Amino acid sequence: MQKRVTFHNRWLPYLLVAPQVLVTLVFFFWPAGQAVWQSMYLPDPFGLSSEFVGAENFTYLFEDPYYRASFITTAVFSTLVTLASMSVALLLAVMADRVIKGSGAYRTLLIWPYAVAPAVAGVLWLFMFNPSIGVATYWLKGLGYDWNHVLNGTEAMGLVVAASAWKQVSYNFLFFLAGLQAIPKSVIEAAAIDGASFARRFWTIVFPLLSPTTFFLLVVNVVYAFFETFAVIHTITGGGPQQDTNILVYKVFKDGFVGQDLGSSAAQSVILLFLVGILTVIQFRFIERRVHY
Amino acid sequence: MFGKATLFAAATATAILTATAASAATEIQWWHAFTGRLGELVAEQIETFNASQDTYTVVGSHKGNYSETLNAGIAAFRAGEQPHLLMVFEVGTATMMGAKGAIKPVYTLMEETGKDFDPDAYMGAVKGYYTTTDGEMLSLPYNSSTPVLYVNKDALSEAGLNPDMDLSTWENVGAALDVLAEAGHECPLTTAWQSWIHLENLGAWHDTPFATKDNGFAGTDTELAFNGPLHVKHIGMMGEWAKDGKFIYAGRRNEGGARFRAGECAFFTESSAGYAGVKKEAEFDFAIRPLPYWVTAAGAPQNTIIGGASLWVMEGHEDKEYAGVAEFLNFLSSSEIQAKWHQDTGYLPITNAAADLTREQGFYDENPGTEIAGVQMTGKAPTGNSKGLRLGSFDQIRGIIDEELEAVWSGDKSAQEAMDSAVERGNVLLRRFERTSK
Repeated sequence: MQKRVTFHNRWLPYLLVAPQVLVTLVFFFWPAGQAVWQSMYLPDPFGLSSEFVGAENFTYLFEDPYYRASFITTAVFSTLVTLASMSVALLLAVMADRVIKGSGAYRTLLIWPYAVAPAVAGVLWLFMFNPSIGVATYWLKGLGYDWNHVLNGTEAMGLVVAASAWKQVSYNFLFFLAGLQAIPKSVIEAAAIDGASFARRFWTIVFPLLSPTTFFLLVVNVVYAFFETFAVIHTITGGGPQQDTNILVYKVFKDGFVGQDLGSSAAQSVILLFLVGILTVIQFRFIERRVHY
Repeated sequence: MFGKATLFAAATATAILTATAASAATEIQWWHAFTGRLGELVAEQIETFNASQDTYTVVGSHKGNYSETLNAGIAAFRAGEQPHLLMVFEVGTATMMGAKGAIKPVYTLMEETGKDFDPDAYMGAVKGYYTTTDGEMLSLPYNSSTPVLYVNKDALSEAGLNPDMDLSTWENVGAALDVLAEAGHECPLTTAWQSWIHLENLGAWHDTPFATKDNGFAGTDTELAFNGPLHVKHIGMMGEWAKDGKFIYAGRRNEGGARFRAGECAFFTESSAGYAGVKKEAEFDFAIRPLPYWVTAAGAPQNTIIGGASLWVMEGHEDKEYAGVAEFLNFLSSSEIQAKWHQDTGYLPITNAAADLTREQGFYDENPGTEIAGVQMTGKAPTGNSKGLRLGSFDQIRGIIDEELEAVWSGDKSAQEAMDSAVERGNVLLRRFERTSK
């Protein structure tokens, strides 16, 4: 039996969705349309003249081996950030869920980093790992490890992943904790009475029941790693050393707002738009099938 | 109740009075990129000017770092809200020059407003960066510096070197680095702004082109040329030093400064404007020396080129406002203001008169080493290779150079490979810029 809401006034439903449609039009379709439009032009920085170039901005990008390499860097970076932030958050949520005394304090502390702006998070981690004055660098030196992310690409990648993931752990934690608390206690208690260990209860009952939350967070985190981590990269590495942490969205910023090459920058935005569209389709087509609602 | 009403009326009256008083003066907007100590000094200059007359009021606004300020100016122009004066770093010069219709060249401004203006009063090597090949000044040089060598004399003594030894050549510096490394020194040499100092200035100092067509002055169809023997030799040597722990790479900007000021590094190549910071923080005996050159390479020493920013006048304002802008620019160029700015910051005096005044005031005698930057720049008349650089998309090209140099410092590429690659990648950007600036 399906529930159907019927409106007596035929215009009322349109009126009710109008604000949402309007917001989407103004804040998504309009700018996205502008980006597509701009990506076909080669303008000068001041917008005094503009030359129509068709698809040239795109061929220009794909002929550049450094741009193609940036896809790999982005894939590595996004995978690491998503994996790290989600697994740590899940671990913390499971542990915080079991805390009986003072759980409020634990939770508040764990949610705290979410209030830190990405740029500030970047500066914070940069201070700790600064090759010459960082506290963490000093400790590592004591252990005999010479930390220098200014020249070592792997260390630089590790650092930007850590800073980006750290910030996102809180957000994920919040959702995982809520998801955990929504799981009926009776199911878990029944399994416990049957003699299932904690690990077994987690993997056969809790984790599958959490799958809608996990799936939602997967989508959100991939989008976060793609689009919102630019401030962290900007403050910590600036895309370096060499091109080791130059992710796609950071290149959009550099070419557009440092290089004043708005045509290429717009073309890159359009490519990103398609990329995220494809990723979302993949996630909904293939991963969502394994989600138990 | 009555008291409150009177107070309110009084406050309104005061507000109206202040508003009329303020609107009597023509307002001039100046967007700049300075904070901290430099921001205070800029504010002081503005106050002095505003207090000296009551026809114009200059309003200074900080718009972020150099790149952000340029961006803010461009975005404002597109929205029709541009300031009268915009501070643009030297790297953005070609971008601004290409923006005909957005900028009013300084020489045109001075002609139109009929103000006294003598371009020859400015230091040739400073002015050259911002004038056309016909000698017409496009923007007013504001803060200009040039790279010099900072020496930690205590570190040299500890390693058994004579702290006053001859360090005018890279050959001598190299020998000193050997001794320092031998003595177990952890950071014999570090640098700030690697592309500016070790490629751009290296070329000018040895009268060798960084790019063809007089480093871009003679046309936008210029091509990069820093993969020749001189540049490759120098970068190759630095790469060797990096491998042996004699050159410590700290970062793309001036990250090395913190280490030098903390006394960790023996030599530091940095802008002459780093003087104020070193003087304030260094708890060791330091000296300033001219930027070294290769004695085995021909042409050196020629003259070094500047870094820093100039002030661009934007189009689209009223005549009486432009009169104020012209007056303010003349005020900034006056000897007293320039001499003070030079002494406070370590930036070069932009006029010869300001340099003379500084000498008369005895500043160079009290602060040895501060005259070196000026001497280094003015020792010889600039050639086509040492007038400056005028390359489009240069901020991005510097980014490419930074990446390629990092490949040399980490040992991933040879100097020749890295420079060839940087030239090739940079040329692609130059061609793209050439098309947009037609």
